[in-house]
Formats: sequence, structure tokens, C-alpha cells
Amino acid sequence: MARLSLAQAARDLRDGGVTSVELLEAALKVASDTEAQVHAYLTIDRDGARASAEQADRDFAKGVDNCVMQGIPAALKDNMATRRLETSASSQILAGYRPPYDATVVRRLRDQGAVIVGKTNLDEFAMGSSTENSAFGPTYNPWDIDRIPGGSSGGSAAAVAAGSAMVALGSDTGGSIRQPASLTGVVGVKPTYGTVSRYGLIAFASSLDQIGPLALDVEDAALALGAIWGHDPLDATSYPGPYPNTVERLDAGVAGLRVGVVDELGGDGYEPDVETQVSEMVESLTEEGAEVVRVSLPTFDIALSAYYLIAPAECSANLARFDGIRYGLRSDGATAEEMMSRTRAEGFGPEVTRRILLGTYALSAGYYDAFYGQAQRVRSAIRDDFARAYEKVDVLVSPTSPTVAFEAGARTADPLAMYLSDICTIPSNLSGDPAVSVPIGLDSQGLPIGFQVMAPALAEPLMFQVASAVESIAGFESEPDLALVAS
Amino acid sequence: MPVEIDIAHVARLARLGLSDEEMEHYRTQLGVILEHAARVQELEGEPSVSVSHPLGLTNAFRPDEVGDSLDRDEVLAQAPDAADGYFVAPPALES
Repeated sequence: MARLSLAQAARDLRDGGVTSVELLEAALKVASDTEAQVHAYLTIDRDGARASAEQADRDFAKGVDNCVMQGIPAALKDNMATRRLETSASSQILAGYRPPYDATVVRRLRDQGAVIVGKTNLDEFAMGSSTENSAFGPTYNPWDIDRIPGGSSGGSAAAVAAGSAMVALGSDTGGSIRQPASLTGVVGVKPTYGTVSRYGLIAFASSLDQIGPLALDVEDAALALGAIWGHDPLDATSYPGPYPNTVERLDAGVAGLRVGVVDELGGDGYEPDVETQVSEMVESLTEEGAEVVRVSLPTFDIALSAYYLIAPAECSANLARFDGIRYGLRSDGATAEEMMSRTRAEGFGPEVTRRILLGTYALSAGYYDAFYGQAQRVRSAIRDDFARAYEKVDVLVSPTSPTVAFEAGARTADPLAMYLSDICTIPSNLSGDPAVSVPIGLDSQGLPIGFQVMAPALAEPLMFQVASAVESIAGFESEPDLALVAS
Repeated sequence: MPVEIDIAHVARLARLGLSDEEMEHYRTQLGVILEHAARVQELEGEPSVSVSHPLGLTNAFRPDEVGDSLDRDEVLAQAPDAADGYFVAPPALES
């Protein structure tokens, strides 16, 4: 069965062509067939989801119509708090934790009548680019079960790619929505910082973290973003508004738009198939009437270095809350400090431990200015570079990831090689601007390639306009062969 | 050149009770990562003033209104140890 888009399902739900229960059962059937191999989910909430789907169908029958999300099977990355439903962020330190509250995005989806299928796997505390850092085992890519789906929102990406959810939420701190979207052939959006509430998102790096949707196509992603964003008094960094309409320019095309190709995002380390298809797409945009110019953003060359100081620094502070006292794991210790030190050493996996140590060092006396302070200056310089570029162009484009999905285990022994997976996506987190990954084709091995569109802050309608044109040109309709991953 | 760090000091600051082998492992890895991260020192010129929020938000306050708080029993049910409405923890000071 072809995977159904959210937009089509929303129409079918309203004209009686399908029920929410039927959509959910189809998603659960895919999960039953594929989860043993893919492992997109940590928790599937069959009972809760069925109750929500039945409620949505009753609401439709009564003429109650809250939102495009009503009756839609959705999955949530497991770093978003769900009341009474286990939320571990893929960490042993939170194994079994049942939050006493819902994250704002979860509250919104529930109020809108969405059907929450379950909680998806991630790299522990969203730190990683392959979903191999999960304490509960990796997720595998539905396109090739020997490969990873990217990360850290690899479970959400794999669920949408396989069809065990119609849409999923992820979080993106350095590319954790866009890179897995690219590697699994789906659309992934990192919205403007501050537009989607972080209340109830288990914090990794608060100045960079942003929740966003993963979906089958650009329209679905734009619809889902429109449903979840908006001001939240519970998040002090939340943008008060006004919020633009995410779907109003989807069909506007690219004629007359100025598209900048980033010089720094290409060359050594980029797969030839990725570079070729991205170049061909740029050529096609020219044929559609866009004015394409090459743009040099020299600070992008040191963005990764700045990111791997700023993100660990913030993580070392945020993860101080895991102290064995209020929730989660506790190891024995005669004093509070001994208990905390043992709890944290036993509860955190290697990548999280590495980043806490890195951040603690970067913030410690004597090194602060040379590392963290200088990284913040680089961050400002990156924003300056973006601002200068947007004086000349409307959007910037690049590959989303230098490579297609890599084989499981290929980068686990070399942290720096893993970090390079995010080289194209990190600049938008440092600037706070929105970016989206759109699938544009398959490489010679049959693995998806993603194309990134970056736009100025709050220019999501323009970003989706270009993304939609890219999608039309690419005509990407390939799907993973689930017969190969069915157990 | 890899950056040399006092890993025992950093681990203590981070409250991570690592073994000697683990500390040596992380010391080596962090040295390599920090060598790469030190490239931030290649920045030329002085950037514009740093801002803490990309949309320039400052001093966001919500109305000071009394609302519902989390259910105490539900919160304490998640604690490793609790009694009489309190979290229970080992002593912070050695006796």
C-alpha cells in the first residue's frame, strides 16, 4: 500500500473516505511488520492511540473539527515529556521515567485531536547523528537495514519513512531533524528558533534546540509546523508573534527568486552522487526562473568547531539536573556527591559522558575565553555572514548531508567523523534561522539524497515555497521496499 | 596538536565517577576533539555584538498568576526515594 500523505488523509477523514481508527490500524500494522528490524519506537501506546482515534472519529461524526491534525497518527521523539507515558530520551538514567506533565507540543497535539502512536528512538539525549547512541539499541534505516537512519531523530525519521506514523516530531540542535530526514528520504524542518515551544523538551543545548516536524512531503511538513508552533508563556524564549501562514506560498514557484549556493558546503568529503544531484537541482531551479548566485560564507568552515564547544557547554549545565534525587536512576553512595557521581557514571552512555566532559572543560576557569568565549564570537560572525548573504539572495541552498546513509558501526569509533555528519546543518542552528531538507533522488546504491533550503528568520513561507518547487522538480516518489525489512 | 587536559579535575567538576581506564580513554578523545575545536581561534575580524536570542527577545515575563502546580504524589512517585512528601537523599555533608 502506498504511504498516504497527511494532507490526503485529512481530506479523506473529512469526506468520510477513511476513519482515524483505520489510519491508526494501518500504521500499527506497518509497525508490527517492521519494528523487529527497524526499531523506530521505544514505546508504542496502542491503547492510548486507539482511544484517541475513536475520539477523533466521534468528533468528526459530531461535526467537531479542531485542526488538520485531528485523527492523524503521529509519533513523538522520546525526549518530549508525555504524561504517564514513559519518556527516557534513550538514556538509562531516565529508564522508566513517567513525566507528571505533557510538553507544550504534546498538549497541543492532544488538544487538536492528533493520535499519538508512540515514542521514537533517538541518540541518548539527542546527542548523535546515527541513533546508535541509544541506550536501548539502534534504529535501522528502512531503505537498507544494514545502515543507520541518521540522528538524533532517527526513530522519527524511520517511522515516517516506513509508514508507521504519518508525521513525527523531532528536535534539531545541530541537524537532528534534517540529517535523518535526508538519510531516510523524507522532509524534515528545523523552524526559526523560538517558534515552537521547548517546554517539556528534555534540554540538550537550550540556545540551539528546536522542535520540528518530519513528514512525507513539503505540504505535510508545512501543515504540521502550522499546527505546533505559536507563542507559549511557559517558554521564555518563545516568539510572541505574529506567525505567518506556512502553506500560503507552496504553489508560488521560484521565478524571480534569488537562490544562493553556499561555496563552503561541498568539495572534499562530499559523495559525488550527492554533489551531482544537488548541482542538477540548482540547474533546474535556474530553468524555472530563479536567479542562482554563488555565495561564500567563510565562517561556515569553523562553524563545526564552534558548535562542538557551545553545544557541549550548554549540555554540561543542562544535564547537571540528573543527580539521582528527583527522578530516574540512583546508585548507592554514602554522601550526596558520591551517590551523584556514581549515578551519573552509570546512567550516562559514552557520547553523553564525552560531551559533558567537553563542555565542563570549555567552561572551566582558565579555558573559558579561549574556547567558549571565542566560540560565541564565531557564532556572532556566522550570523553576520548569513545577514550579508541575505542582502543578496532570498534563500540559501546546499546538500543536507555530505553523504547518504552510512553502514551501522562505520563511525562509532571516531567521534570526530560522526560530528562531520552535521557540517551542512549546524550553521542554521547557530544562526537560529529556519531550514528544511527535501528528498531529491537516490544515489547509485538506491539510498536517498536530501537538499537543504535555508531562509531568514520567520521566512518559513518562503522556505516552503522553494522547498515545494524543489520537490516538484525532483518528482521523488520512491519508497523503501518494506518487504525487505518485514520480519 | 591534541590539547592536554586535567581529566580528573574535569570529571570531578562534572560529578562523573569514572575509572582510571575510562579517564584515560576520554582524555585522549577530548584532546583530539579540542584540537579541532580550537579552530575557533582562526576567526578573523571582530563580529557584531553578540545577541542571546536570534529574534532579539529580551526579558520575557508571563503574567504572575497563580495556576495549577504538578500533582505532588505523581511527582514523588518518580523519585528513587521519598517519604512524608519529601525527596530523600544521602547526606550532603560527611558526618
